[in-house]
Amino acid sequence: MAASRRRTKAGDSVVKTEDLVTYYKDMLLIRRFEEKAGQLYGMGLINGFCHLYIGQEAVVVGMQSTISNDRDSVITSYRDHGHMLACGMDARGVMAELTGRAGGYSKGKGGSMHMFSREKRFFGGHGIVGAQVPLGTGLAFAHKYNEDGGVCLCYLGDGAVNQGQVYESFNMSALWKLPVIYVIENNKYAMGTSVERSAANVELFRRGAAYNIPGVQVDGMDVMAVRTAGLEAVARARGGEGPSILEMKTYRYRGHSMSDPAKYRTKEEVAKMREQHDPIDQLRKKLLDDKAVTEEQLKEIDREVKAVVSEAADFAQTSPEPDPSELFTDILIEA
Amino acid sequence: MPVQILMPALSPTMTEGKLARWLKAEGDQVKSGDVLAEIETDKATMEFEAVEEGTLGRILVPAGTEGVAVNTPIGLLLEEGEDARALDAPQAALAPVAVGAPAPAPVPPPVVAAAPASPSVAPPPSDEPRYERTVRMTVREALRDAMAEEMRRDGKVFLMGEEVAQYQGAYKVSQGLLDEFGPKRVIDTPITEMGFTGLASGAAYAGLKPIVEFMTFNFAMQAIDHIINSSAKTLYMGGGQLPSSIVFRGPNGAAARVGAQHSQCYASWYAHCPGLKVVAPYSAADAKGLLKAAIRDPNPVIVLENELLYGQSFDVPEDPDFIVPIGKAKVERAGGRVTVVGFSRMVQLALEAANILAGEGIDVEVINLRSIRPLDMETIAASVRKTNRIVTLEEGWPFAGIGAEISARVQETCFDWLDAPVTRVTGKDVPMPYAANLERLALPQVDDIIAAVKAVCYA
Repeated sequence: MAASRRRTKAGDSVVKTEDLVTYYKDMLLIRRFEEKAGQLYGMGLINGFCHLYIGQEAVVVGMQSTISNDRDSVITSYRDHGHMLACGMDARGVMAELTGRAGGYSKGKGGSMHMFSREKRFFGGHGIVGAQVPLGTGLAFAHKYNEDGGVCLCYLGDGAVNQGQVYESFNMSALWKLPVIYVIENNKYAMGTSVERSAANVELFRRGAAYNIPGVQVDGMDVMAVRTAGLEAVARARGGEGPSILEMKTYRYRGHSMSDPAKYRTKEEVAKMREQHDPIDQLRKKLLDDKAVTEEQLKEIDREVKAVVSEAADFAQTSPEPDPSELFTDILIEA
Repeated sequence: MPVQILMPALSPTMTEGKLARWLKAEGDQVKSGDVLAEIETDKATMEFEAVEEGTLGRILVPAGTEGVAVNTPIGLLLEEGEDARALDAPQAALAPVAVGAPAPAPVPPPVVAAAPASPSVAPPPSDEPRYERTVRMTVREALRDAMAEEMRRDGKVFLMGEEVAQYQGAYKVSQGLLDEFGPKRVIDTPITEMGFTGLASGAAYAGLKPIVEFMTFNFAMQAIDHIINSSAKTLYMGGGQLPSSIVFRGPNGAAARVGAQHSQCYASWYAHCPGLKVVAPYSAADAKGLLKAAIRDPNPVIVLENELLYGQSFDVPEDPDFIVPIGKAKVERAGGRVTVVGFSRMVQLALEAANILAGEGIDVEVINLRSIRPLDMETIAASVRKTNRIVTLEEGWPFAGIGAEISARVQETCFDWLDAPVTRVTGKDVPMPYAANLERLALPQVDDIIAAVKAVCYA
């Protein structure tokens, strides 16, 4: 039950080559999608807050590979584009929401931080830091209430872990043995404040210790390590043993949001992470070293992903703005 | 001289109670700290301890008596060396000494009330004309029945909050629900408002229909982010994808002598927000019908109850499908001279004022809003077009209050009909004081309503 620093490593023999190729493709889609979103932001087509996920792709792709979008639930904070894509949501609908168009998932009324898909069981996209934690605990409560065997993946950042409601949630989920996995995406900086400057104990996987919630620290730049840790936590939740905490040590290459110059860290620090720990490069090298794929096959994947992203960007620019009548819809459901 | 043992007040809002059982018999020795009797308050069954020593000389109120007013002599205690003959001394000569908790002011007359003390204004007769058969019940029972009926009807409905299950509700509103529905659907939470409100909001995303009980709405301030940001806005933010059928309920407004942090009206806070419906029942029929409507509603609904009304009885239609539609006000009393519009406990004060004013020839129409949002402007405007005068009434603060909203809308829709300025009677613009006299001054009183009505009538 005690928290552990075990860093699960890749090399899990149960994974088939085609699954690894899928993870590669899923991560690449997020990377290219976010790069395009950044580009559109620079062109003034996306406005407001826009938090890119570049660098953290292995976390969501590895975790989502452990659950089913038919019966399980996913919830996260505002850095959510990658989560939506990993849940199987349509890149066009996500991008069109970023540009505030009628074809967006929220008809242009939500924006980057507020998208949902009941079909893919993605429950947001929440702009208030930490709010998704009790909400996700409630999704897990509903799985238990409905006895449907589902679990909830509840993502939060290293900033959110300092919110009081996170611990209120830990207490209730442990007390009631709710099927929830708290995935702490520790990208080292809560906006501009490093974990060292905000956490009395930087070992965030220990944050559930007072509630006897097991915590594991995981190399969040290694998709297989993420998957291995995720499988264990999901099995525990499905088995009625209650919540787990997975601290994913990860890194975002871009600023907190588009307007963040990221002066709180050095260029060398970012370059080192990109060059030595990039999740996509690591998996690419492994696939080639294992001779699981050829360069040509990887190029084909690149082309496919680029096509999806470019179609999404086109759609996001050509989809019309929402009709003015939409201003007054979706406030209440007619009883 | 024998010491009178008086019926104690064992909760801030208790005005009467049931003498459930005597634990001492006549002739028994009583030591300080001995439990004399068990008393059922409006919230719980409490043990009543002696603070004086002596012999229980006579029991004045037998076990099982209901509706015993606070400060009624319930027994006589003979002091050491005192003879039983002292018991037959004239009662007026006896010095009343409160044996238990301090008695609240004002002191009701010391009589053994056989029936529950009736509110000073007779509640309206049968509430909804189309429901013929009615049953008399308290607001507390009406709320409980509403939840029980809806929980029987829909397995997705569950109740969550502090002390709602094993304790049977901090104000006994959820009495019996745990027995009927079990711990899966009647859930005691830790004291963790933000956490359990967020949890319930998430459960609503998944299609469940939570009823979140706040022990009082004061504590919901810890949770208001989830009520507004997580529940009220999500349907809109998601372009209609994610409805939240969820009820947030509990006592709102000032109770009695509990100070600033526990005495506040939240009607204007919640009514401010699109995406929420807000209701505030006055009578037991309102309470039952509005809570049932709230539970069935596919949107987030705030149900602002009032602790001081919980113990009051009204006639409630028996029909299990009796529903009070959200968004419809009720004309509690028809009148032609002035409109007085209020909600929750203020309706009672308005009716009381209307009775007094009728004696002076001023015929007041009293509107019970029932719903704050949506606001039934149709009923209000129709009344103003008839009376040409309106007084708004609320317990909350004046600034950006419900009266301010009604005032703005009345001048927008009825400007040409008005013969006097729209006038507000509100709680004073101060945190609630504790002292009895200051608290009374801070809250709207019947006299304030009478004065406002006379002012708009230039009488």
